[in-house]
Amino acid sequence: MKKIEAIIRSSKFEIVKNELSKIGANFFTFFEVKGYGKQLAEHVVYRGVEYDVGYIARMKIEIIVEDQNVKKVVDTIISAAHTGEIGDGKIIITSIDEIISVRTGSINESAL
Amino acid sequence: MTEVPFVTNNLWILIATMMVFIMHLGFATLEAGLVQQKNTVNILFKNVMILCIGLITYFAVGFNLMYPGADFAGGVLGFSGFGLSLPEGAAGLVDYAGGKYTYYTDFIFQAMFAATCASIVSGAVAERIKLMPFLVFVTLFVLISYPITGMWKWGGGWLNTLGFIDFAGSTLVHSVGGWGALAAIILLGARKGKYTEKGVRPIPGHNMPLATIGAFLLWFGWFGFNGGSVLSADPGAVSLVFVTTCLGAAAGALATFVVSYIKFKSLDHSMVLNGVLGGLVGITAGADGFTPGSALIVGAIAGAIIPFSVVFFDKLKLDDPVGATSVHLACGIWGTLAVGIFGNGDIITQLIGVLAIGAFTFTFAFLVLFIIKRTVGIRVSEDMEMKGLDVTEHEMSAYQNIERGSYAMMVSES
Repeated sequence: MKKIEAIIRSSKFEIVKNELSKIGANFFTFFEVKGYGKQLAEHVVYRGVEYDVGYIARMKIEIIVEDQNVKKVVDTIISAAHTGEIGDGKIIITSIDEIISVRTGSINESAL
Repeated sequence: MTEVPFVTNNLWILIATMMVFIMHLGFATLEAGLVQQKNTVNILFKNVMILCIGLITYFAVGFNLMYPGADFAGGVLGFSGFGLSLPEGAAGLVDYAGGKYTYYTDFIFQAMFAATCASIVSGAVAERIKLMPFLVFVTLFVLISYPITGMWKWGGGWLNTLGFIDFAGSTLVHSVGGWGALAAIILLGARKGKYTEKGVRPIPGHNMPLATIGAFLLWFGWFGFNGGSVLSADPGAVSLVFVTTCLGAAAGALATFVVSYIKFKSLDHSMVLNGVLGGLVGITAGADGFTPGSALIVGAIAGAIIPFSVVFFDKLKLDDPVGATSVHLACGIWGTLAVGIFGNGDIITQLIGVLAIGAFTFTFAFLVLFIIKRTVGIRVSEDMEMKGLDVTEHEMSAYQNIERGSYAMMVSES
């Protein structure tokens, strides 16, 4: 099984969520995150002084999938979240050892 | 002059009293909106205390220090006793002020004004002043400084004899607060991280809707602040004052909008709110004597001053989170001088008043705060400033659920 962590634009989150549910991947955690990257931070002015907000806001989705479905999920996320501009995000895939359901105690059920 | 019945006059002043009262809510919300979330409770707490301290000290000492009576006319200092002493019978009612208001109305209306000068200081010192020393300063400021300088004009003192004009307090209230604020921020220092080698690092306010509510509440209250300062319900005078007050506010906002856009290329909401208030402060000295047209000009100039003033104080590394020094000090001085240009005053006399009251107030505030600074200190520790005064001074949050989440509250074991 693999954990897919996808950092995507906040504006793309709804689209990615809908596309994932179309392929049956309805089970994930998401966070509002801040980060630094190639895209410049938002430029603002307050009482006459220009400054950078200091970070880029993003959404991060964490989803556990079976090995054979990783490619399908990754491709779905990329096609939904892509814009072509700097700052589209990253997808990180790690192997996981075990996943246990709190309700049933059963081991190794995954999202897809 | 229309003959206005005593009851009508008195009623209007009492209504105006309530409207000046609501300005304290305006100050509280405006300041709360313009500081960081972690200091919101502290600001609100200070504003509640300022009003209550102000009312009580004015009852105990301030009223009779500011209005010592005809015995002290033309003088510098006078005092007619502690507490209130209602004159007997008609002397305390219809005869007290020629059929305009009762003794108690006079007291409570003026008492509402007294605390507003201290509210002006609370915004400028926000986010880094120690609570107790601040409250001590406020007590002394409203107890002694405000009434003495107020007596010089409204209490029949030497500035009044000289012909100095300040209809509703551009100098006596607003610039007094502004001088206090200036003395305080000089001694207090800037918030940590505001002024860096690379320039100014802004610390934006956390709640623009609250700040806007505050500015509009203050504008609303100003109908009473200026309208009540007519000290009667005379239809002609009060209606003129309503007009000049509003045109001043509107012109101030527009002027700040235009000037700050040209200067900074930004449509900064906090500046525009300052512009509304600056316009109001600007016409306050002469609202009963300006024409509507000159009210527009005076208000517009006040609004135009604000962007320059904000940058000026930042250049001097004098940190003012809400712009109190720009709105109340700079525009208060302008509004007082404007009476000598557009109103019924003489500019030299106006200048004398500005300088005399400025010198006294600044010196008093500086001395008091200096002594407190040298004894117990006036500034919170760096750790407290970083964590925020809400959790460190008040041990609570302004927005409990947003900050802490709805976890079960557990009583500490210790």
